Amino acid sequence: MAELLQFISSGLTVGAIYALVALGFTLIYKASDIINFAQGEFVMLGGMTTVFVALAGVPLPFAALIAIIVTTAIGLALHRFAIEPARGAGPVALIMITIGASIFLRGVAQIVFDRRFHSLPPLFGADPIQFGSAAILPQSLVVLASATAIVTLLWLFIDRTLLGKAVLATAANRLAARLIGVDTRRIVDFSFAVSAAIGAIAGILITPIALTSYDVGTLLALKGFAAAMLGGIGSALGAVVGGLLIGMIEAFAAGYFSSNYKDAVAFLIILVVLVSIPRGLFGRAKVERV
Amino acid sequence: MRALLETRLMPAIVVAVIVIILPLLFPSAYYYRIGVLVFIFALAVVGLNLLMGFAGQVSLGHAGFLGIGAYSVAIGPIHFGAPSCLFAGAILSGALAFLVGRPILRLKGHYLAVATLGLGLLVAIVLTNEAGWTGGPDGMSVPGLVLFDWSVRGAYTWYWIAGTTFVGGFVLALNLMGSPTGRALQAIHDSEIGALVLGIDVARKKLTIFIISAMYASVAGSYLALFNGYITPDAAGFLRSIELVAMVVLGGMGSIVGSLVGAAVLVVLPQALTIFHEYEQALLGLIVMVFMIFLRQGIVPSIVAVLDGENDDPGD
Amino acid sequence: MMILETDRLSITFGGVRALDGVSIAIESGQVFSIIGPNGSGKTTLFNLVSGIYTPNDGSIRFAGEMVTGLPPDQLARRGLSRTFQNLQIFSRMSVLENAMVGRHRHERTGILADLLHLPSVARQNEVTREAAHDALARVGLADAGKRPAGSLAYGALKRLEIARALASDPKLLLLDEPAAGCNPVETQEIDYVIRSIVKDGITIVLVEHDMRLVMNISDRVHVLANGRTLTEGTPEQVRSNTTVIQAYLGVHGSKEAVRAFD
Repeated sequence: MAELLQFISSGLTVGAIYALVALGFTLIYKASDIINFAQGEFVMLGGMTTVFVALAGVPLPFAALIAIIVTTAIGLALHRFAIEPARGAGPVALIMITIGASIFLRGVAQIVFDRRFHSLPPLFGADPIQFGSAAILPQSLVVLASATAIVTLLWLFIDRTLLGKAVLATAANRLAARLIGVDTRRIVDFSFAVSAAIGAIAGILITPIALTSYDVGTLLALKGFAAAMLGGIGSALGAVVGGLLIGMIEAFAAGYFSSNYKDAVAFLIILVVLVSIPRGLFGRAKVERV
Repeated sequence: MRALLETRLMPAIVVAVIVIILPLLFPSAYYYRIGVLVFIFALAVVGLNLLMGFAGQVSLGHAGFLGIGAYSVAIGPIHFGAPSCLFAGAILSGALAFLVGRPILRLKGHYLAVATLGLGLLVAIVLTNEAGWTGGPDGMSVPGLVLFDWSVRGAYTWYWIAGTTFVGGFVLALNLMGSPTGRALQAIHDSEIGALVLGIDVARKKLTIFIISAMYASVAGSYLALFNGYITPDAAGFLRSIELVAMVVLGGMGSIVGSLVGAAVLVVLPQALTIFHEYEQALLGLIVMVFMIFLRQGIVPSIVAVLDGENDDPGD
Repeated sequence: MMILETDRLSITFGGVRALDGVSIAIESGQVFSIIGPNGSGKTTLFNLVSGIYTPNDGSIRFAGEMVTGLPPDQLARRGLSRTFQNLQIFSRMSVLENAMVGRHRHERTGILADLLHLPSVARQNEVTREAAHDALARVGLADAGKRPAGSLAYGALKRLEIARALASDPKLLLLDEPAAGCNPVETQEIDYVIRSIVKDGITIVLVEHDMRLVMNISDRVHVLANGRTLTEGTPEQVRSNTTVIQAYLGVHGSKEAVRAFD
């Protein structure tokens, strides 16, 4: 029983991070039909930048803020300098560009930072909280609470603000949105910026638990993407549900089956979902006209 | 002479000539080694190019097949006492491609890209984890190739083996492109529905080319392992898959000659940059981005376009 | 012989009944036209008959064989060919190669022979090339063979699609608005091509808005409205049917229909 609770708690914690990455994917995908593989790098940059800025003597809260700003700027730059110039290229070319960007960011990170693992001090101390026979890290609760807050804020924003409606409009029909005066380019800028910020925050939050290094991005991107696919790419709710599900399935697979194959879970899920229900749990089927 | 110049196999002849003449330009014996690597990767790239550039599909996990080919020539002799069988890997890869190909190839665009990505990653994970068979993350050593009492070793020998195999694979690709199957594949690339209503079994053709391209990669992987005498799971990894696609794009999607160019650039570059080894990843990422944004057609088609442009009559 | 029969064919898309209980019977060698306003289900009917959609109700019989639900490539291999309203040209291939692909169902070399370029492949390529060239000649594109298909003008592309369909030696040819989007000159070229195909005795099912062409060459005209059959008959019967005239030919269309017989 204690084991079960343990798996659930660690599964939910890492699942919350996958959910945030998946949310970032979904936001960009909704606004521009692009699958952004550099999403994982945003998480990496959040953690690593905070670590190194703090090492340079800046107090932790400001280091985190700087990291978020820097990552957001990089997200914007990615859109303006890598994606925008390639407008009109097919979906595969665009994926390749974001993959290239992710490899590039990773390569630069290993030069600017280093190749070692780094950590950050947890927000409320490192002593696990006892829940009966299970122990949960306070940082896990921070992650879960923050993820919930971010998702709620995002939902409120999309649902209640004009800008949010503009994002929805762009997602539904780009041309129509432009015709009613929405600056779709700014909307996509915005989606990249917000996704980068969300990724950075996720990175900062998870580092005290899972450490960070220059190459954590790739695996995170792939798992976040698996989560988005499972939930239904284009569905924010799906992204969150997918992320939590994958986190839990991973934790259970690692616990009861084999910890070596933990990473394989996400990829197996991608294949199974794509082959059987390509639109995922909450996605909508597309109707093609000939 | 004109008949010779216009012969269908002209590109293959050009490439064969390059293979033969290249050693004359080598400043030292070390360059044979680079040549071997270039031809090995060029072979894999030809297969991938047939799948991506010609038939219009995508595979972001192709290094998985390369890895299967590589490990099969190690596992065979070491765990089964079987003689190095070059084609065991190709058969295994072909079988895997056959099994997963049908469901996966129903997908298009970014769904297909991600599915193949997932496949490649799964292969890499299995190769990394099954340490009992594969030696785990540190890899395993590969017994040298022995053909009828002849111990095949050395960069010089492998240069000619890899070079000949590459030219052979090149010829097969040329043949395919000029055949009924080739036309069907090109049609599928441009319009699946147009191909369907002309009686083309689109699903079957896609599966066929997927299997063929998997086998190309597998043979390349086998050669790589035998030549290096060692193999690690990196050979099947995500970065390697992206490198292969980068080679396709660099050389020119759909340009079989471009396969050699793309492979040459991305094999020679890290060699030339040994001092800047840590910049390798950043550079690869940059190259992929720049080419996909600005030079999507690749080097060879761009050159051809420029040459064609210069040959236009001003009066046209 | 009845080459194509549908029996109460119906299909629903997301709550909309796009086609409702349509039955047609086409005799071999006929020119059968389907007319009706936009949205009446003409292209849907084509897509059903050519296997792109599967009907919810009803059946399709081709050359006596039940073919309901068969995919397009299997129908094509039985001799059913079609063109598209929204061109599906292979733009990266040359004009000749496009027509050569049309021969696919008659080509007999396997993958191994293709890879090794056995003599059978060279022979097959030659035979295919000739047949493709003949098909191009029939639509007036004999000289354009080497050009990339993407470089052709719109009207020529429409003719290329017809050539490609012809190259497959079809028993039945479905032409989906072959003159749509064409300027008057291009429309005339298409008309000419269709008439010459008709003279060759190929069974044609035509969806077209050009009333003059329809009334002039059709043996029978089937009128669709809102996914249902309104009426069917000879061109004379249809053009003088008041319901059809009122609702679908409109004032302009009915004038054209009358002029068709001048």
